[in-house]
Amino acid sequence: MKLTGISAAVVLCATAAIANPIAPGEVQYDEYGAVAASLSGSDGDAANGAKIMVNRGKGNCVACHAVTALNDAPFHGEVGPSLDGVGSYRSAEELRGIVANAKKMFEGTVMPSFYKTSGFIRPGDGYTGKAAKEEDLMPILTAQEIEDVVAFLLTLQDS
Amino acid sequence: MKYKAMTAFAALAISAPIAFAGGADDDTLAIDGQEMITKTAAPAHMEETGIDTIISGWHFREDDTQSMQADTFDNPGMIAVDQAMDAWNTVEGSAEKSCASCHEGPESMQGVRAVYPKWNEEAGEVRTLAMQINDCRTNQMGADAYKYDSGPMAAMEALIAVQSRGMPVNVAIDGPVAETWEKGKELYYTRTGQLELSCASCHEENYGNYIRADHLSQGQINGFPTYRLKNAKLNTVHGRFKGCVRDTRAETYSPGSPEFVALELYVASRGNGLSVEGPSVRN
Repeated sequence: MKLTGISAAVVLCATAAIANPIAPGEVQYDEYGAVAASLSGSDGDAANGAKIMVNRGKGNCVACHAVTALNDAPFHGEVGPSLDGVGSYRSAEELRGIVANAKKMFEGTVMPSFYKTSGFIRPGDGYTGKAAKEEDLMPILTAQEIEDVVAFLLTLQDS
Repeated sequence: MKYKAMTAFAALAISAPIAFAGGADDDTLAIDGQEMITKTAAPAHMEETGIDTIISGWHFREDDTQSMQADTFDNPGMIAVDQAMDAWNTVEGSAEKSCASCHEGPESMQGVRAVYPKWNEEAGEVRTLAMQINDCRTNQMGADAYKYDSGPMAAMEALIAVQSRGMPVNVAIDGPVAETWEKGKELYYTRTGQLELSCASCHEENYGNYIRADHLSQGQINGFPTYRLKNAKLNTVHGRFKGCVRDTRAETYSPGSPEFVALELYVASRGNGLSVEGPSVRN
């Protein structure tokens, strides 16, 4: 059947899409909350990671963390620890886990989970205040954006 | 490597260090010469929070914002008080009454703001000040209710708040309101939305810290309604709650909803002992 042949091909493509990038619900955290494999299957782009970290509609990491290397973007917060030198004492695997879902490593942390799409109380449709259906939720950052942020964080070495 | 060199250059170019002196300041607030209690011992029910001093949001603002509140002529929120004074004396509704018909001058409202939300025995419910205003309008005056978080409501709340200015907030948390208070407390600690933040995440765990350019306060509501420079109008408590919940990327509750009434009671009780400051001036 011609139709079966087409749908088999679609299923194959879909399978490939699930494997790469890894979906938010499929991320494997180890017992310390680290994630071994790249979420996108690709390397991160540190320069783009820096942009995501200061973009209010994306990571907005500097809202809570001071990062000297990003001082050209004004107003860094102090809710979380400074990230200066974080690439010296955290591995890529740890940073990936923390950015994706910090609660796996730090129970009860106020840090939002940037790669998570389920298990929320009253999830909203962005910042509209209106309800969102859980199945429609997108992670705050994409798999590649997480990798980009991780790549940038690894550039933050002790001077 | 190239990237690091670039950011190092940027850091040098912007030589001003981004460092904040966190926490509340040590200024004192007197409004038209009347001293306000803006820091005091936390009420007993807050023992488990680790907060021993409750602090008005006034202490977390810049000096120029603070000074706007110290003089009623500089406080833009007082314009609404004047407007509400007119409304107070305006006959509306089928009963052909104004507020003044029953209550005489607004000074008869002295002490009212300090104890709301409170139990209404006849209605068998916890009432916010806004609910009581609308009960008067609909049941006593035969007039239309104000929209819960509207300008006219905020203005009337401001007029009533001013009568209690300087008096310590003193809402009851026991007896018939206990159940509502517990519900409000639960909401205070519930982490909502895709950002999974509760009131406590910012206003209990992180007051005094900056989140981007915002200096986090304890989220006290003794200064409501609040004139915000950000939107240049008086803001109601429930309007502010809604904005905060929305900012957690959550589906908000509605102003006037049972959830926000309960939350208001709980949050108000965390300010028991602070002066009524409304209308205050904030960012």
